[in-house]
Amino acid sequence: MCGAIKGGPSLEGIDVKNQAVIQGIVTKDDEPVGNAYVRLLDRNGEFTAEVPTSATGQFRFFAASGSWTLRTLAPRSESVDRKVVAELGEVADVAIELPTRRSSGGQSPRIEASV
Amino acid sequence: MSRESALVTTDWVEQHLSDDKVVLIEVDEDTEAYDKGHIEGAIKLDWKKDLQDGVRHDFISKERLEALLSKRGVANDHTVVFYGGNNNWFAAYAYWYLKLYGHEDLRLLDGGRKKWELESRQLTDEVPSREATTYVAPEANTEIRAFRDEVIGAIGVQNLIDVRSPDEFAGRLLAPAHLPQEAAQIGGHIPTAGNVPWSRAANDDGTFRSDDELKALYDEAGLDTGKDTIAYCRIGERSSHTWFVLHEILGLPNVKNYDGSWSEYGSLRGVPVALGDEPGVA
Repeated sequence: MCGAIKGGPSLEGIDVKNQAVIQGIVTKDDEPVGNAYVRLLDRNGEFTAEVPTSATGQFRFFAASGSWTLRTLAPRSESVDRKVVAELGEVADVAIELPTRRSSGGQSPRIEASV
Repeated sequence: MSRESALVTTDWVEQHLSDDKVVLIEVDEDTEAYDKGHIEGAIKLDWKKDLQDGVRHDFISKERLEALLSKRGVANDHTVVFYGGNNNWFAAYAYWYLKLYGHEDLRLLDGGRKKWELESRQLTDEVPSREATTYVAPEANTEIRAFRDEVIGAIGVQNLIDVRSPDEFAGRLLAPAHLPQEAAQIGGHIPTAGNVPWSRAANDDGTFRSDDELKALYDEAGLDTGKDTIAYCRIGERSSHTWFVLHEILGLPNVKNYDGSWSEYGSLRGVPVALGDEPGVA
């Protein structure tokens, strides 16, 4: 990793015992992406929340136990979907690497919402 | 009202950046977002500090709104264009708020801040200085605002639309998942409310879906357009988004936003509550 800090934002001062935290970092070519949007979709693909990444590419959600999908949108990039499982009292750390335009390697298949 | 009279595109905003009659106002849930960069010429309204009373759990008065808009340089004859993060939740809330206080020419930037950013359009940290005005507002028009007792009376009678996520509707979550779980005392929803999450009215880039898609969405959800409608969420911002769709884009009459929403209803003693994914009975 060059400029990217590993993991999500600091949890200092947050009591995670009663939270199911999903957090992480969005990178492209190993650099943090500070102008991306990460949306949290529930097990049925339904939108639950969305946050912009911080200047250091980080994001965080307070979810519930279960299976979720993180969909990341960023300028000049295709959207990327990543599955994640959250559990109460646990912190799920997710690293999301955006594909560079030239290669499609590393990109997860897009999951269509079933509503 | 219609899409044409209520929405503007990112291109339109770009073309009107130096139009003196147009005031861009950014309203975000994250009230620091503006400070990190905003559209050139845009001013900021803080939905909490500027628009809430601070003592009573309510809006600011007509007099305080007049003082606020006058000081910020907004005039009665300005075209006010709101935009913000979170798919325009709080921008739609501010739009509804100024509609309540009778501002004539209001618009929402379709897609909000996200679309502007995803299109790699320019942001600035320069804060504009605007000449003060003398803004005059009428008394608030409560035809578009629902209060607690009216909502209780609407159970099983009017269309109630809960626009929160299915997990909040069912009572599995108390707040959107990017916020710590706090707010109402209990989870669940108002009995007989249908769950049509606000997000189904928007595309991934934050723009509103087409009129045909929107009509189909609420048809499928069983919205009876012969009845009055009340939309609610947790604190009234996402339901402003749905109020905007129904009242401003689709032009349905008699649509109210219940801004007390679940944070109020879910803390009331003795009112009926439904749990789970089904609307429940009156």
